[in-house]
Amino acid sequence: MSDVNSVILLVVILLNFFTLGSARLVACIRAVALQGALLALLPVTVHGLSGHSLILALGALTLKGLFIPWLLLRAIREVRIRREMEPLIGLVPTLFLGVLATVAAFLFADRLPLLLEHQEGLLVPASLATMLTGFLLLMTRRKAITQVVGYLILENGIFVFGVLLSTAMPLVVEAGVLLDLLVAVFVMGIVLNQINREFATINTERLSALKE
Amino acid sequence: MLVALILLPLLPAALSLVLPWYQLRSWLLPATGAAHLGLVLLLVSGAPPTPNPWIGLDALSRLVLLVTSLLFLGCAFYAVDYLAMRRDRGNRVMVPCLLVFLSAMTLAISARHLGLLWVAVETTTLVSAPLIYFNRNRLSIEATWKYLLLCSVGIALALLGMMFVAYSALGGGEPASLHLDWLLMQAPGLSRPWLHAGFVFLLVGFGTKMGLAPLHSWKPDAYGEAPALVGALLAGGLTSVAFLAILRAVQIMAAAGDVHIARQALVGLGLLSLVLAAVFMVRQPDIKRMLAYSSVEHMGILALGVGIGGLATFGALLHLINNALTKGCLFLTAGNIQRAFASKHLSEVRGALSVLPLSGGLFLAGFLAITGAPPFGPFLSEFTILRGLFAADRPLIAAAFLVLLAVIFIGMGATVLAATQGEAGEPPGRFKDRLLLVAPPLIMLLLVLGLGLYLPEPLRQLLEAGAHLLEVRS
Repeated sequence: MSDVNSVILLVVILLNFFTLGSARLVACIRAVALQGALLALLPVTVHGLSGHSLILALGALTLKGLFIPWLLLRAIREVRIRREMEPLIGLVPTLFLGVLATVAAFLFADRLPLLLEHQEGLLVPASLATMLTGFLLLMTRRKAITQVVGYLILENGIFVFGVLLSTAMPLVVEAGVLLDLLVAVFVMGIVLNQINREFATINTERLSALKE
Repeated sequence: MLVALILLPLLPAALSLVLPWYQLRSWLLPATGAAHLGLVLLLVSGAPPTPNPWIGLDALSRLVLLVTSLLFLGCAFYAVDYLAMRRDRGNRVMVPCLLVFLSAMTLAISARHLGLLWVAVETTTLVSAPLIYFNRNRLSIEATWKYLLLCSVGIALALLGMMFVAYSALGGGEPASLHLDWLLMQAPGLSRPWLHAGFVFLLVGFGTKMGLAPLHSWKPDAYGEAPALVGALLAGGLTSVAFLAILRAVQIMAAAGDVHIARQALVGLGLLSLVLAAVFMVRQPDIKRMLAYSSVEHMGILALGVGIGGLATFGALLHLINNALTKGCLFLTAGNIQRAFASKHLSEVRGALSVLPLSGGLFLAGFLAITGAPPFGPFLSEFTILRGLFAADRPLIAAAFLVLLAVIFIGMGATVLAATQGEAGEPPGRFKDRLLLVAPPLIMLLLVLGLGLYLPEPLRQLLEAGAHLLEVRS
């Protein structure tokens, strides 16, 4: 099974780079959807088929792979934007930073005191790299919707780490986490719509009236 | 019983969605608040409830529960007249969100499982976002977006921290669990590097929610733009809940015998919060933003107190009560002043005392209380922390603490005095002090005054039991 895992995680990391380098919002959201759907397979490939891992996988697939991306795509359609113009830092430099972050994640994961059974796989470095990618997107993009995408990628990274522990986390908590994620995106979607109505753009740079 | 307390606000919340009568919907708030407080008093004074691995009350949660419930009741009464005054904005969103907010805070306070705690704290973020957006204008949407994004990212990091803590327990042979009591029992055997990393992430995550510098940047915007009663609930209630979450992490570190690392981190963040608050409070022309920085300051004091340990921890827990009630008084009266002058900016707010003798006077008295003037409660708690600093032989920190408090007193005083003293320029609007807009802050201030003069024995015991939970067990 560990081969399957590695393939999934490598694709996940490639998708990280894709979102960092892409200027098209629809493509970014589709990439996040694909990433979420792939991650949803991990509980089953890591822990094997059981009721617990199956439910977790299904929940993650429905939310991360289908429903949330659908919400975001609908939001873009409503506010009629297609492209992430003018990120705060250019696409190539962000991509470069992303590469650096990924390398750092691999180096760092090597030094972590991991349990024997986790030392070989890509789970931990992939998780760290994905989280850092999410952070990069959050910090370097102006559009509120790309920031939501960044938040989703950050959550995806945390989800990968969570797979290591899904024995420690009872289903109730996992369900709560997924549900909260859904509601968070939902609320963000509503706010996004209001921003759009109020400012006629969802550029967060306009959100700068409040400062010292 | 505790389950009933958590579920209690949900029924009126559902009811408020279908009730067609505006005024009655507003009255659901104080009715629920009173029932909540009644149940809390029963629970806090009563025998410990049957142990449950998921929810339960210890000394720390009793304390925070009591404070939150009291503050909510005050804000709920205030809300009735406030919402009556702002009929144009409606209360169809406000009332149910406030009630679910109360339920989520109660769940977060009583959670004995880190995962449940996390879910509850995240829920508080989500239901309070519509509350901040109450005014539905450009500024409030900006504040809401920052609040939502920063707190969501922060809380995501707390989730990661929680996972690190769980990972630290994996090696022990037994299946790992996130039940607090189990973690406390297993703490000495937890893997150190993971536990420490977990603590850092929990501190950063819940610290964002609590508004410790440098993670406070959402606070001035959110508190500045939210309606007064929401600001009061966030500054007094939600921050205390987030602090409790941090204290849970400290408890685990203490049980693992690594409390000194946790304490150093808390002292560092605490001092930084005091410094940043002092910097931004001087010449702050916006009275609500000033209160937000004051909140950053007092979160710093709480962190500092717990970071020093011993007597200072006791002082910090006492300060938690004082801060919540005084902030309640300040925010509510600041809201009245803002209504009367249709502004919260010093350029337009002048002579609040002559226009609104009651609200203006309470605001002024609240300022004296929060900056630690005797005989109000915060004086006693800040003095206790100071004594704790000397008892722990940290004179340099004690000196810095005093200097920063003095700077903040002067900075805040300049703004408050300018707003309250002097002649009101233009004839202000038709706003008059009304009973429900003045009585809650007055009662909060009287409670704070009472706490400064006399500390009831049961409360003292509760505080000591709480402080004891944060010490290293030998």
